[in-house]
Amino acid sequence: MDIFLQQIINGLTLGSVYAIVALGYTMVYGIIQLINFAHGEVVMIGAMVAYSVIVALVGAGAPLPPLAIVLCGALAAIPVCMAVGFTLERVAYRPLRRAPRLAPLITAIGLSIILQHLAMIVWSRNPLPYPQVIQSVSYHVTGNPNGATITNVQIAIICMSVLLMAGLTTLVYRTKLGIAMRATAQNQQVAGLMGIDINKVIALTFVIAGGLGSVAGVMVGTYYGIAHYQMGFLLGLKAFSAAVLGGIGNLAGAMLGGLLLGIIEALGAGYVGDITDLCRFASWSDALAARCASGEHVVLFGSNYQDVFAFIVLIVVLVFRPSGLLGERVSDRA
Amino acid sequence: MRALVDTKGHPVLVWVGLALVGLALVALPFALAGIGTAWVRITNLAILFVFLALGLNIVVGFAGLLDLGYIAFYAVGAYAYALLASPHFGIHLPFWVILPIGAAIACLFGVLLGAPTLKLRGDYLAIVTLGFGEIVRIFLNNLSQPVNITNGPQGVTLIDPLRIGTFSFRDTDTFAGLAFTGPVKYYYFLLVVLLAIIVINLRLQDSRIGRAWEAIREDEVAARAMGINTRNMKLLAFAMGASFGGIAGGMFSAMQGFISPESFILIESIMVLAMVVLGGMGNVWGVIVGALLLSFAPEVLRYTVEPAQQALFGRMLVEPEVIRMLLFGFALVLMMLFRPAGLLPSATRKRELEVRR
Amino acid sequence: MSAPAPAATREPLLAGRGISKRFGGVQALSEVSFEIRAGEIYGLIGPNGAGKTSLFNVLTGIYTPDAGTFTFDGRPLNALKPNEVAQRGIARTFQNIRLFANLPALENVMIGRHVRTRAGVFGAMLRDRRTREEERAIERRAFELLEYVGVASRANDLARHLAYGDQRRLEIARALATDPKLLALDEPAAGMNATETDSLKALLERIRRDGTTILLIEHDMKLVMNVCDRVLVLDYGKKIAEGTAEVVQKDPAVISAYLGGDVALNLKGAA
Repeated sequence: MDIFLQQIINGLTLGSVYAIVALGYTMVYGIIQLINFAHGEVVMIGAMVAYSVIVALVGAGAPLPPLAIVLCGALAAIPVCMAVGFTLERVAYRPLRRAPRLAPLITAIGLSIILQHLAMIVWSRNPLPYPQVIQSVSYHVTGNPNGATITNVQIAIICMSVLLMAGLTTLVYRTKLGIAMRATAQNQQVAGLMGIDINKVIALTFVIAGGLGSVAGVMVGTYYGIAHYQMGFLLGLKAFSAAVLGGIGNLAGAMLGGLLLGIIEALGAGYVGDITDLCRFASWSDALAARCASGEHVVLFGSNYQDVFAFIVLIVVLVFRPSGLLGERVSDRA
Repeated sequence: MRALVDTKGHPVLVWVGLALVGLALVALPFALAGIGTAWVRITNLAILFVFLALGLNIVVGFAGLLDLGYIAFYAVGAYAYALLASPHFGIHLPFWVILPIGAAIACLFGVLLGAPTLKLRGDYLAIVTLGFGEIVRIFLNNLSQPVNITNGPQGVTLIDPLRIGTFSFRDTDTFAGLAFTGPVKYYYFLLVVLLAIIVINLRLQDSRIGRAWEAIREDEVAARAMGINTRNMKLLAFAMGASFGGIAGGMFSAMQGFISPESFILIESIMVLAMVVLGGMGNVWGVIVGALLLSFAPEVLRYTVEPAQQALFGRMLVEPEVIRMLLFGFALVLMMLFRPAGLLPSATRKRELEVRR
Repeated sequence: MSAPAPAATREPLLAGRGISKRFGGVQALSEVSFEIRAGEIYGLIGPNGAGKTSLFNVLTGIYTPDAGTFTFDGRPLNALKPNEVAQRGIARTFQNIRLFANLPALENVMIGRHVRTRAGVFGAMLRDRRTREEERAIERRAFELLEYVGVASRANDLARHLAYGDQRRLEIARALATDPKLLALDEPAAGMNATETDSLKALLERIRRDGTTILLIEHDMKLVMNVCDRVLVLDYGKKIAEGTAEVVQKDPAVISAYLGGDVALNLKGAA
């Protein structure tokens, strides 16, 4: 059971990151029914900016505790990503708010490409090694000395995610801005008539989503120890799948979807090899038996299929329950 | 029924014009070979992208379904050809057998993907197709285990060229004192296929089927009330687009002699979409122009941006490929903002895209 | 339209039995039964929210009824999709005109021929003789229909550039292009002035004379009472009256539904 527990811990960590990114998709979708395809790139920019700051601080030998260095990185990344989010909305989405759905989706793809290649010019074409400022320390979860462990980085990521989710929930359900956001999501015209500046509210939604994305970027960089100008694409797509799984437009859904997807992926990657291990059927075929006897792993699907799970989840959810786990029926605006 | 080209006004002038264009197209490879043999190859790839863009135009332009995983069908066609005409499995079928097989397999994939997902709203469909494209690529990369089907990231090599009897499209033949190199022969072959595909596209658009697609794009509820089986019609558009992609993929395999999953990444799907968008969704000529523009852009940039940077800064700061991608991103954004119907929009599509702004 | 005009016969073209439909807490239709005879113009009226459009949508396959059955042209018409309903011979128009706004008027009607024509992908690509002939026939028929409803002069104009009344007529032409046995019109006179309504009335009578049965939802009482052979009155999803215009407008239940009291229904001009 220890592998299982370990995969759950890894899945929860990964899932917390997905959840934070998924929140960015779901907030924007909730308010203007737009898939902000470039959100993954915002996350990437966050990781990159923090990378530069952390490298600079480490290089300068700043007398700061490791956690403070990472926090400095994050604090620098947040305003940058907020600005990116704001700019995306202002330049590419606002003019198309009344256009057919295809149009903003295509500008979003364009922006995604622009951001990726700008990042490539500014930083690097190659993967950047994230400085491991925080010494990874593993704690045993069970009494078994060879059992599942959780690292301090994982704990930090999970705690940070919980804090962010709590903060966002408070913002949306307890503040005036939150009321304005929810009103705008319900009906833009009416919200406008009630004196809400909907342009401001929508812009702020992008800003908040950008801020969340930047933190997620720092988490990913720190967790995997690597940053790359294309890292946002797959991460964004998975987070979007998570948002759809939970019910797009629904905050709790994005959190649940993120955690679930993280766990599905971790368990999938951990077990798909065992489940599809053909050597269990070695008695069926002599050739197979010979291959297995030679010590070869004859596995139909190995863990290199890890990235497929998110897409399969996405397709299955969209086909069988497009409203997601917690979502309302998605009304068709088109 | 409209004619392919309106020859009523100035019949003589139009025919002369067409003859000149035809002559220019026939003479083109020799002119290009004068600049450099590579240009013939580049032109051939550009024509392949025109095929792809025209195929995607059926899905996006005619039926109004956004497909972001289109390159997967190209990949399926390419691998079908590669596996059935290479030493990898030791199978060497002739191309007129494999190309239809590739088209049929791609078509089957199109139906398998489309059947459950076509009821989804436009933007969801886009994401699902994108996911599908990625799944296909991941499988191509990994299906070398436990049984080696695709040979993984190394790809498939030594793929047979197109061959009719002893006439191979790879070798150079001399005819009437002119050297017909492999690429030149492929060029003529592609030109003929291109002509056929253009005619098919134009005819489809101006037919009962084309009108049904137009109706679905305009108003699905009304289309259904008129008795149009929208599900089947969408599936048909999807399947047709996929078959086009499959055929283009097969020809790609034959021309290149080598394929790997690297050629079928997401950005290629987006590139083809950009060609359709740039040229004008739904307009066959616009899509052709868009495809040619974006296919030649990297080459043009290579010959302009590199020397310009060398002259200005004494070294290369930004590679032409990166500049191309940036231009391409800006093109998508700016086109949607300022010219949403493309450079040469179809009249209908233009009205549709502009009226709701 | 060349078929000889049959007189209204006793045999029902469309029969609904016990049709019920509930939306959340609202019983939109409860146990509605009715019969439309071949060759008549059948009116469906009722105050706002009475369930007229719900009945229409259940009939045309947009919703499935919770209970009840339809029989159309001697065969059951249940759980069909909208396109299958059109295939069976019921064509409809929409309350809030749904033309293919960016296509020319003629093409709108040509699309209506889809369901009665056959050309497939290969026909379209090869353009064999049969396809070409069919294509010519589609265009000819579409143009005839435009003439029939009186908008032929706008054949090449975009549907959305047509005047409002012409759009309504174009929608009728498009519906007629599917060769319906029953033409279902959802408030065709809405937003029309008196002159336009008069010519609509003439058009409806001509369509009926040429052999197509009509189901008419309408708010314009004058038009309903003038043109309909029989009328079904709904209120709160229930059938409260059915019969000829004269009978229905004297029915106390109808009067009270419309006026909320025991007041005489003032229908001047309703002959």
